[in-house]
Amino acid sequence: MTTLATVFEKARAENRAALVGYLPAGFPTIDGAIAAATAMVEAGCDVIEIGLPYSDPLMDGPTIQDAVHRALENGTRIADVMRTVEGVAKSGAATLVMTYWNPIDRYGADRFARDLADAGGVGTITPDLTPEEAGPWREASASAGIDTVFLVAPSSTEERIGIVADCCTGFVYAASLMGVTGARESVGSAAEGLVKRTRPHTALPVCVGLGVGTGGQAAEVAAYADGVIVGSAFIRRLLDAPNEQEGLRAVRELAAELAEGVRR
Amino acid sequence: MSISEGTLITPADFTGAGSAGDVSERGKFGVFGGRFVPEALIPALDEVAAEYEKARTDMAFIREFDHLLRTYAGRPTTITEVPRFAEHAGGARILLKREDLTHTGAHKINNVLGQALLTKRLGKSRVIAETGAGQHGVATATAAALMGLECVIYMGAVDCERQALNVARMKLLGARVVPVTNGSQTLKDAINEAFRDWVTNVDSTHYLFGTVAGPYPFPGIVRDFARIIGVEARRQVLELTGKLPDAVCAAVGGGSNAIGIMHAFIEDEGVRLHGYEAGGRGLETGEHALTLTAGSIGVLHGSRTYVLQDDEGQTIESHSISAGLDYPGVGPEHAWLKDSGRATYHGITDAEAMDAFALLARTEGIIPAIESSHALAGALKLGRDLGPDATILVNLSGRGDKDMGTAMKYFNL
Ligand SMILES: Cc1ncc(COP(=O)(O)O)c(C=O)c1O
Repeated sequence: MTTLATVFEKARAENRAALVGYLPAGFPTIDGAIAAATAMVEAGCDVIEIGLPYSDPLMDGPTIQDAVHRALENGTRIADVMRTVEGVAKSGAATLVMTYWNPIDRYGADRFARDLADAGGVGTITPDLTPEEAGPWREASASAGIDTVFLVAPSSTEERIGIVADCCTGFVYAASLMGVTGARESVGSAAEGLVKRTRPHTALPVCVGLGVGTGGQAAEVAAYADGVIVGSAFIRRLLDAPNEQEGLRAVRELAAELAEGVRR
Repeated sequence: MSISEGTLITPADFTGAGSAGDVSERGKFGVFGGRFVPEALIPALDEVAAEYEKARTDMAFIREFDHLLRTYAGRPTTITEVPRFAEHAGGARILLKREDLTHTGAHKINNVLGQALLTKRLGKSRVIAETGAGQHGVATATAAALMGLECVIYMGAVDCERQALNVARMKLLGARVVPVTNGSQTLKDAINEAFRDWVTNVDSTHYLFGTVAGPYPFPGIVRDFARIIGVEARRQVLELTGKLPDAVCAAVGGGSNAIGIMHAFIEDEGVRLHGYEAGGRGLETGEHALTLTAGSIGVLHGSRTYVLQDDEGQTIESHSISAGLDYPGVGPEHAWLKDSGRATYHGITDAEAMDAFALLARTEGIIPAIESSHALAGALKLGRDLGPDATILVNLSGRGDKDMGTAMKYFNL
């Protein structure tokens, strides 16, 4: 099975950064998300984050809010998220779930971790779970054998970076800028500094996300980070496509462009 | 210290004696509270907590806050006995704490003035806030005008419509009002949007949170700034009746006016504390905001508390005729007061609240906010339960001018 460790080993051996793509489950439909994520893997994504649609996504910008809203309107449930993970993991990518904390809390931490591992998921990214509150989730994840990824931000102090990095397994997620998710004209200038500040605290790979959307930006980030995370730009392609076929073509094209970027 | 001389508040009033969740405990009220926010906001929350920790024992800060409460907000507010209204409550004695008489017309001004002063201490030049009924938005815009701060208010598009008068007030006061069109287009979505703004502009901006919910340190800070309500009322009731009240009643949205009046009575074991949530069209219809009464424990807007949520943790949209109570979460200290048994929470339907709204107007010449009318309706029931010897203190958290549009429709005026 592909794990985060094997992904980053392989990328390192090829002297490049890993490419991480994000899509919420249930968008544009449940099967549509599996198909889109699979296309992203075929075109070069090493890791897929499947978003668990949540009613109050306070870290997300308009693009992801829109997609998640549609996923919820489609009636997407946690069982569907697990099914999506299972489908995407078959493509050979290391597959994570990105979720706000409350759905896991409600589902039960142990049960969620077990079900995710059973579906072939390799871990979670939990953007609003602070280290102070993460104890039960780290234990549940450890016993299910899945990774726990947490975020550091440009505003993080050295002390906080250390605390967050200590909670991470798999990789550390460095938010490139102060803000919500969404593609931007340029990747935050703080990103490189944050990756540098994170290095002394951890031997884990450090991946950069928020605001990356083009091959050029991916190349820029790949120069200093171990992984490049792209979400809103993929969703934008699907939102703008006139039909599902065109959408698949568009995400495939973007994944190929980004995959080329991380190899420059 | 008497009410008419010296300062209204003392450093002791800020320590929140007698309750868990003191800021030094990092905002834990038993299992409730804490922080569930993006890491990017942690430094800002730490900064606010640290500055508040200094401010609350700094006599210069306390004097400035006190001065504003007195000369600007109009404190102390009086208490009014309402015998004609009380006839409908089995003859119990009912006393209203008149927060409706403060500048801007609701208890929200207390918290806002405190946090606006804190904003200046933090060296920030911009405040943002969420608002439901528009009262917190108006209060924030007011304090921003007073102190020369840039001000942006997030308000659900549905609320903008039902509280149009308050939108106009905020604009006149120089604030920019951003209608929030996603989700349920009410308070919870306005809070999401305000958090998104904050994480983007945190260097220049203080999020002037409007109730005792949210991540640490907000629940403690907002409570401490609202606590003056109960501190004054306790003295006033003692002065007037020679004893403590049998019960204290307040409406609960996020919980700031309720904790504001309850907190000074927590140690007084004989005083029963009652919170009234919005029952909307009734529990059985699913259209309500009965967070404590019918919700379950979860995480919303950065804190562990009771939440209206489905079996998978998705927030369920609340409903209330009163915008200020239309919220599917509640402050963590109330969750703790509920589970510890110290306070009791009940639902009041839209219809019961509107009846109490009209009754107070007709019997006493006071038009209350619809939010506060939930507490009034609660007091009517409680009075009948407790009997004619009981004294009930009700927090009249705001005035009803803003609600005249709703009242005109509801009563065909
Ligand atoms: C007059 C009045 N009372 C009560 C509330 C509810 O808020 P809280 O529960 O925080 O006091 C509001 C909120 O807008 C209000 O305007």
